[in-house]
Amino acid sequence: MSGPLNAPFNALASLGRVVLDRVARFGRAHVLLLGMLAGLPSLLPRPRLLLLQLYATGVLSVLIVVVSGLFVGMVLGLQGYYVLSQFGAAESLGVMVAASLVRELGPVVTALLVAGRAGSALTAEIGLMKTTEQLSGLEMMAVDPVKRVLSPRLLGGFLSMPLLAALFSAVGVLGGYFVGVGLLGVDSGAFWSQMQAKIDFHGDVLNGVIKSLVFGFVVTWIALFEGYDAVPTATGISRSTTRTVVNAALAVLALDFVLTALMFGD
Amino acid sequence: MVKMRTLEIAVGAFMVAGLVALFFLAMHVSNLSNLAAGDGYRIRANFDNVGSLKVRSPVSMSGVRVGRVESIAYDQQRFQAVVTMLIDEQFNSIPTDTFANIFTAGLLGEKYIGLDPGGSMEVLADGDQIEHTQSALVLEQMIGRFLLSKAEEGVD
Repeated sequence: MSGPLNAPFNALASLGRVVLDRVARFGRAHVLLLGMLAGLPSLLPRPRLLLLQLYATGVLSVLIVVVSGLFVGMVLGLQGYYVLSQFGAAESLGVMVAASLVRELGPVVTALLVAGRAGSALTAEIGLMKTTEQLSGLEMMAVDPVKRVLSPRLLGGFLSMPLLAALFSAVGVLGGYFVGVGLLGVDSGAFWSQMQAKIDFHGDVLNGVIKSLVFGFVVTWIALFEGYDAVPTATGISRSTTRTVVNAALAVLALDFVLTALMFGD
Repeated sequence: MVKMRTLEIAVGAFMVAGLVALFFLAMHVSNLSNLAAGDGYRIRANFDNVGSLKVRSPVSMSGVRVGRVESIAYDQQRFQAVVTMLIDEQFNSIPTDTFANIFTAGLLGEKYIGLDPGGSMEVLADGDQIEHTQSALVLEQMIGRFLLSKAEEGVD
């Protein structure tokens, strides 16, 4: 069967194949997730596995998160001052800096940074383990690689993210304070008191923490799945690493919209 | 591979730093430190118009915050807004003939309730109602009145 009449069917078939492929990948990702969640209880007797992952995802990301947070806070202080001083409301700078950091930039930018710094490393690591048949090796020794290798990494990313986001926001507020109060001459008392009056612990800070927990979970899940599902070649691993960063960033931004709509909708 | 002890210390320091940052956000950035001021007692006041007064808006006397607005409801019999305020326990000597006004902080700031103490020897207790109230100044009404008076001047 060939000829010009077949062209529309071929196009339809390739569309169908792409859709089926996507659905299958989505399904595999969820099967892997179930496996990883089932493996979490087996971590209890071996806290050392989690410790290693907290180091790899959390501690090693601290530097980039803190430095970025400082600069983002300083830029917010600078930009906010120029806009607010036009309305004679430069004292509200503290509120503006803290609200943008705690509600949005802290969780979102931290998640993007972690996706780039730790997520890509996770994908490459798992992908290489697959390529060099270390995962099958574990299976041969009757050790479930999902429980032994992937579960601790999922929990490590999940736990690290809110702490990193809190560090980002806290350092950012200090950066905004440094620029606003130290360099531009906003009143120090007004900076803090307005901030405390307007930023709500339950409404703003806790919602930011919830966001970063969700982001930590999703970013780590995507990174681990891309590594586990990688084509075991050099090109395959590099493609998976790229996909991790792209997919994780898109997922974070899309989820941020959904979560913000749910939390601040009313 | 980093040595296990160094690694443990690094992870421990990371957890502490993260929790300290969370604590900083809770106590210094948000209003949790104000919320933890303890219990208080509730008083009610009816207003013809509360404007954009919100739940959790401050209640102040002489500019000092003495409590917060706890709830705003509508009284269907009297066609008025009923505002319940939670006053901090330590401010327990507010006279019964106190006057409650709704003010605006600055020209465009948030609405808050200002209490103007009267001269009565009796003090407000839990569940009491403030009788003397003045509604929020609605900017649109003021501008409307101002324009009307200007127009009338022009007719003469």
